[in-house]
Amino acid sequence: MAKSTSSDAQMLIRSLRTAYAATPTNLKIIDLYVVYAIVTAVIQVVCMGIVGSFPFNSFLSGVLSCEGTPVLAVCLRIQVNKENKEFKDLPPERAYADFVLCDLVLHLVIMNFLG
Amino acid sequence: MAATAETKGPSALRNAFGGVLGVFILLLIGVLAFSIRIFSVIKYESVIHEFDPYFNYRVTQYLTKNGIYDFWNWFDDRTWYPLGRVIGGTVYPGLTLTAGSMWWYVLDMVETVCVFTAPIFSANAAWATYLLTKEVKGTGAGLIAAALLAMVPSYISRSVAGSYDNEAVAIFALVFTFYLYVKTLNTGSLFYATLNALSYFYMVVLGTLLASLVPVVGFNAVMTSEHFASFLVFMENVTLKHNDHYNIEEAFSWHYAQLECCFRRTYASKYIPIIASVSEHQPPTWPSYFMDINVLAFLVPAGIIACFLPLSDASSFAVLYLVTSVYFSGVMVRLMLVLAPAACIMSGIALSEAYDVFTRSIKLQLPNILDNSPDAGDINSVSSIAQNDASKIDSHATTNKSETVSKERPSRKNRKKEKEKEIVEKVPSNSENKKRLLVLPLEASAVSILLLIVLGGFYVVHCVWAAAEAYSAPSIVLTSYAPDGLHVFDDFREAYAWLRHNTDVDDKVASWWDYGYQTTAMANRTVIVDNNTWNNTHIATVGTAMSSPEKAAWEIFNSLDVKYVLVVFGGLVGYPSDDINKFLWMVRIGGGVFPHIREPDYLRDGQYRIDAQATPTMLNCLMYKLSYYRFVETDGKAFDRVRRTEIGKKYFKLTHFEEVFTTHHWMVRIYKLKPPKNRIRGKLKKPRSTSKSSSSNQKRAGNTQKNPWQ
Repeated sequence: MAKSTSSDAQMLIRSLRTAYAATPTNLKIIDLYVVYAIVTAVIQVVCMGIVGSFPFNSFLSGVLSCEGTPVLAVCLRIQVNKENKEFKDLPPERAYADFVLCDLVLHLVIMNFLG
Repeated sequence: MAATAETKGPSALRNAFGGVLGVFILLLIGVLAFSIRIFSVIKYESVIHEFDPYFNYRVTQYLTKNGIYDFWNWFDDRTWYPLGRVIGGTVYPGLTLTAGSMWWYVLDMVETVCVFTAPIFSANAAWATYLLTKEVKGTGAGLIAAALLAMVPSYISRSVAGSYDNEAVAIFALVFTFYLYVKTLNTGSLFYATLNALSYFYMVVLGTLLASLVPVVGFNAVMTSEHFASFLVFMENVTLKHNDHYNIEEAFSWHYAQLECCFRRTYASKYIPIIASVSEHQPPTWPSYFMDINVLAFLVPAGIIACFLPLSDASSFAVLYLVTSVYFSGVMVRLMLVLAPAACIMSGIALSEAYDVFTRSIKLQLPNILDNSPDAGDINSVSSIAQNDASKIDSHATTNKSETVSKERPSRKNRKKEKEKEIVEKVPSNSENKKRLLVLPLEASAVSILLLIVLGGFYVVHCVWAAAEAYSAPSIVLTSYAPDGLHVFDDFREAYAWLRHNTDVDDKVASWWDYGYQTTAMANRTVIVDNNTWNNTHIATVGTAMSSPEKAAWEIFNSLDVKYVLVVFGGLVGYPSDDINKFLWMVRIGGGVFPHIREPDYLRDGQYRIDAQATPTMLNCLMYKLSYYRFVETDGKAFDRVRRTEIGKKYFKLTHFEEVFTTHHWMVRIYKLKPPKNRIRGKLKKPRSTSKSSSSNQKRAGNTQKNPWQ
């Protein structure tokens, strides 16, 4: 029993990996960016747990910026993905421009809030 | 294909004409929204109304005079003496900044800009409603909803010319934010999401009430990641606002209290008497629904049904907005204002759908009437062409409809029954026919259209009446119609002008908190408490002073450096909102903090009276004395026109206060604190007070609380 579940798990992982390898490079870059941002957020939370949350403004702005940009990046990924029927008519340049604009606004607010 | 090419020319022209007509209608709606709100300027004068707008006006004056940096760091020492108030940090700056930027274009007449801010933004709100409803249902519904919102009495009541308050501009921001939200839903573009976040920020900058409400409405639809982005950005803005001004615990506790008041109706009345005492925080009565949204009240359910056929993201948002606003409007009268745009949107959708059905019925049956010869082929082709025109969107079902119409021809009487049967048969056979066309009898449609127009007429008549008679009173000037003409009561401004010209700039004036804003704005004197009501203990102190006997009250006021005491008295003219009617609230609020004030002491057998049967505590308290001092000199019998009885104690002298001014109709009375005597005859003060308190303690063991000022 155990052997079959572990081989099932291996097959699952292998199939996921081959499916993921098939995605185009630009999407993989966006995914990497999302992972990086979330890891940074986790590091910040751990640091706050160790050191304490004294400049709460700064902590909040740091964590929220690390959560905001991956959310926007995920939006971008959805809109740029060629397989997505909903956004077939949206030119990718427009999606990137939207992403940049939203990031600008986000970081403007963050910088104001850093304190 | 040739037929479509031929019809393209005329249909393009029709579309263009429709577009121009739509723009023209929107312009007219804006003019309507503006002009229905200037009754108060025409009937009275261009003056700021009520109480809160005076504070906003004063803040705007400061901003225009001193610039934005000074405004941001302003600490106001002319209110809440001796505590002061950090205005730069505790005010929602949106309204002030909006009016300030409008003034910056005009560079003159701050007061006029402030008075007319509300009507201008009402027009903007009507246009925003058009945009929002257009996203939900279409242009026709949008235009009707905009026209309804331009006139809805609930919104007029908070946005007449002169009502310079956050709500007028905040409703515009609310509807506009919702429009951008729905636009983001429909297009999925991040650009609109950013605009939505910025608009939400503007709304939060404007309104307390709406900011605490919208999270309740908005958290439902974090459906796709687009909205989550905007949601996150505005969450940041919310925390930004809170952390700048007070620490997070206070912010949460205050918002918790507000939300608790919304969710648990009895919470406020039990625990926080100040919130309970504000009349706008009471639950509304049924008649007030009909007064405030009129015919929309029963058009709204029709709109909800219309939103479900078909149900889209946008229409489900509209339904959710309506349902939550209806619930909250049932808790507080003030929140009827948030219900108004939702009701207008729903009614606009309902009316638009109704007109659609009726006009389509008439249009489809008009050829039958015009062409009397029973030629099957002609009528069939004519009706099928008419069908093609009417159902451009739903092309699959045209063959079905022409069949059903031809079957209808034989008899008009059971037309409706046959029609329903045909539809029931057709629907399972044609699964693509999602849109069910109902063709009603011609006479019924024509009469129904007429009736709907008459209904609209009733609505307009009611709204104009409400705007002119009910909601245009500035409440700082009162009028009444007597047999010998119009009486104008300008006593408030008379009293504030007297204060302004006859007292020193640094003199402190004590009154109940209702008049604080007006006193600082018009009389330009420092007050003890004002409408901001942020410090309950301070208000309770003033309340205790008003409820105490003269000497104790003098001690309290002296400790606060008060020089003048102001009371409002309506007994001579019959003005019901005077301080004697509010007095029990003073007792309750004071008693909430200082337990030696007990409400039953002022009631005789549970009844509040000021006549000969009143309790001695009532007859000796400062409020009674200051209100009725020398009242007997007016008519010899001291008949109070509001309470409709003669007062209890008619002849008395004041020992610690002296009267300095009473206005023409005795509505505002100002007293000055007498300075303490230089020498006290008889025993020394200290042992007398301690023996008095010890003897009173012996009298009621354990029940009496010690008065902290003695």
